[in-house]
Amino acid sequence: MDHASSSAPGRVVLALEDVGKSFGAVAALRGARLELHAGEAHALVGENGAGKSTLVKILAGVHGPDTGRVLLDGQPVTLADPAAARAAGIAVIYQEPTLFPDLSVAENIFMGRQPLLPGRRIDRRTLARRCRELFDRLGVALDPDRPARGLSIADQQMVEIAKALSFDARVLVMDEPTATLSGVEVERLFAVARSLRDSGAAVLFISHRFDEVFDLCDRITVMRDGQWVSTDLARDLTVDQVVRRMVGREVSSLFPKVDVEPGDVVLEVRGLTTRGVFSDVSFDVRAGEIVALAGLVGAGRSEIVRAVFGVDTYDAGTVRVSGKALRKGDPAAAMAAGIALVPEDRRQQGLVMELSVERNATLTRRWQLARAGLLSSRAERAQAAEWSTRLQVKAGKLSDPVSTLSGGNQQKVVLAKWLSTEPRVLIVDEPTRGIDVGTKSEVHRLLSQLAAEGLAVVMVSSELPEVLGMADRVLVVSEGRLVDDIPRARADEDSVMLAATGQGAPSAGAAR
Amino acid sequence: MSAPATKSPAALPEELAAPERTGRRGSALVHRLFVVRELGILAALVLLVLVTVVANPRFLSGQNVRDLLLSAAILTVLAAGQTMVIVTRNVDLSVGSVLGLSAYATGTLLVVAPGTPVVVAVLAGTAVGAVCGLVNGLVVAAAGVPSLVVTLGTLYAFRGLDSLWASSADRLQINAADLPAGFKALGGARLLGVPVLFLVAVAVVLLVGWYLRTFRSGRELYGIGSAPEAARLSGIPVGRRVLTAFVVNGALAGLAGVLYAARFQTLDTTAGTGQELFVVAAAVVGGVAIFGGSGSVYGAALGALLLTTIGTALPQLGLDPFWRDAAVGALILAAIALDRALQLRLAARLRGRNARRDR
Ligand SMILES: Nc1ncnc2c1ncn2[C@@H]1O[C@H](COP(=O)(O)OP(=O)(O)OP(=O)(O)O)[C@@H](O)[C@H]1O
Ligand SMILES: [Mg+2]
Repeated sequence: MDHASSSAPGRVVLALEDVGKSFGAVAALRGARLELHAGEAHALVGENGAGKSTLVKILAGVHGPDTGRVLLDGQPVTLADPAAARAAGIAVIYQEPTLFPDLSVAENIFMGRQPLLPGRRIDRRTLARRCRELFDRLGVALDPDRPARGLSIADQQMVEIAKALSFDARVLVMDEPTATLSGVEVERLFAVARSLRDSGAAVLFISHRFDEVFDLCDRITVMRDGQWVSTDLARDLTVDQVVRRMVGREVSSLFPKVDVEPGDVVLEVRGLTTRGVFSDVSFDVRAGEIVALAGLVGAGRSEIVRAVFGVDTYDAGTVRVSGKALRKGDPAAAMAAGIALVPEDRRQQGLVMELSVERNATLTRRWQLARAGLLSSRAERAQAAEWSTRLQVKAGKLSDPVSTLSGGNQQKVVLAKWLSTEPRVLIVDEPTRGIDVGTKSEVHRLLSQLAAEGLAVVMVSSELPEVLGMADRVLVVSEGRLVDDIPRARADEDSVMLAATGQGAPSAGAAR
Repeated sequence: MSAPATKSPAALPEELAAPERTGRRGSALVHRLFVVRELGILAALVLLVLVTVVANPRFLSGQNVRDLLLSAAILTVLAAGQTMVIVTRNVDLSVGSVLGLSAYATGTLLVVAPGTPVVVAVLAGTAVGAVCGLVNGLVVAAAGVPSLVVTLGTLYAFRGLDSLWASSADRLQINAADLPAGFKALGGARLLGVPVLFLVAVAVVLLVGWYLRTFRSGRELYGIGSAPEAARLSGIPVGRRVLTAFVVNGALAGLAGVLYAARFQTLDTTAGTGQELFVVAAAVVGGVAIFGGSGSVYGAALGALLLTTIGTALPQLGLDPFWRDAAVGALILAAIALDRALQLRLAARLRGRNARRDR
């Protein structure tokens, strides 16, 4: 990669010195360090729960550090609240979208900073115009006047990005902004981030995807267990080195996919159609098979699996499990028939943020655990403990509320919750979003192992390496249609991407 | 329909270009649903009036309509204030007591100092309300106690204060005869045939509506109710805004107390008892979401007008007062059902659009 601009280290704009932060007994940060130069893109990497988001929240003025100092232009500052951080020119994209569902997209972006007319009245015309300019710059095709409620998770992220770019920040902090985006959107984001960097801003970028880290960033800071490990020029590092520093041991990032002889057809989808969203979707999944749904974000993959599971209803078609037709729009029936869906939007669909880890992990199988209608909390705890260990959930106590977990660990709890139902068909929508390298290969190992035990797996994923590494067959979705069915042997980056962008060999209905 | 299959294959560089905009349909849609919501209340109102007029032609007589508008004025002012509090995901249950306290305070002032100009009396009553609102707001915003609990407490506290004051001053009731003529004239005053008190209420509604729509702090109230955590992260001074909402609501409840005094001219310590739930009902019927973040003050005002009309119309239809309560109850349920239906519809449409756009 070309990192011409990194050779002349700029002035230090923002620095953290030996920052410590604890939440009760959990020490999220102890001796964290960071130096951001003007005109650099700086990556912050570390395992789930390493303290990256906590560090971001200190820069954002959400948390005050227990120990250590924050320096702005070399001067110690107290960022007492988010408004103070903003005033200091620090723009933050949080890991979890923080939108106002009832307000319009434009208002969300400019909340508290709306352009004014004389008399401090909001200038709605300028507001709309500036919002449109931002969207054009980012290539977002959203109506600025629609409410934020109901936006897809990728669109929510784009609104967050627009929000952060809407004021001239000297420091732009992005906490896993790309986790929900497709390649095209990531490219646009990076183009904007680079132009900001070139105009002298400092960009802090957090991601679990190393290709992006090396693509965008000039320097890389590694954190482990709340501590600073190293800061180096990106061009002096390799992915393996970074991973080793993050984890503190060797990790194989290979997907341990075992080959399985597929059994009977378990899930049978025929002619599934929801007008305006997807049409005539038909496919089979056999026991022991991992079938990936690939395609661009917004192609309708999540909508298809939501319809299969019954969260959304559909206009036409049938879904059968082991030959038995499912009633449409009835997730309870789907669950009873043995389908599990791990949704893409964990905040809205996967977790009850106020409840404890163990409650969340066992929420879906309360009836199985309940004896004579009473919930035995010992059984609950044992189950939760088992799956949490298998997935290496990092939490203070299992009785802590899920909202206190790091983003990646929340995702693990969602997985635990559905895996513990022992389903026959497991549908996972972006299963490893926001999960660090080590756990990612663990999740892959787990999926592969479950498939070998006879589970039918449907996996929606935007990460091509994951799709290619895991899937026995790749179903490619483009604009609401299944456009290709590529067996493992023929699946590679080119064949999938070509089909996904509508240029593959036309083989409609090939998915049977 | 999704007709993407026929789209010509786009080359990757073209993919990078900004996709075309979906236009202003989203806003049009939302706007239409809100208009539907308010038209619905208006339609119910018209229907109710028509039915009543058929049964009792005198219902639309000048005096009757003026009485109706006078009663509606007080509830409308309360509903306007309550809307500001509810959009922040709070509620103020003490407004009935605040009204009573302010009415009694205004009356006492006018009895003790009959020469007080009407304007000063109005301001004094409003100030009493503002102080009550400040108490509520401080406890809610600073101590972080849920507003339901706080204002339930002050509902009794303010009423108790009112009684205590009345009994220690040995003035349990203030009668029309005790009040100066200038103030009493306010109650019956008309401008172009419309009661002045009603015009005051209309002015309040327009002002609050304008404020909520036009100023940053007004929009921030909606933001706070819509997502409190997001509001904090975006640097909105949540505590200060909520405090302001409570103070303004208190002031408006105080103003309503003055209007009450001017209209009824007989004051005891029970004035305004039970109004709080009626006010919340008016707001909910008017489409103000009880969990905050959405709803307009105009809707709440229409809700207040509708509830008041029900209160006057049903007796004229020869129905038992019991039916009034039943009708209000049914209306609240209908309003909630309607809001839910509209919400679902909106969500469905927006979701369809989501998938349709994207490349
Ligand atoms: N509000 C809180 N209360 C209690 N514990 C917290 C809170 N916020 C974070 N933690 C804990 O602090 C640790 C660090 O969390 P943080 O969110 O910073 O991790 P992260 O590096 O961002 O991880 P990820 O890659 O999964 O997003 C975790 O163990 C988490 O459980
Ligand atoms: Mg994080």
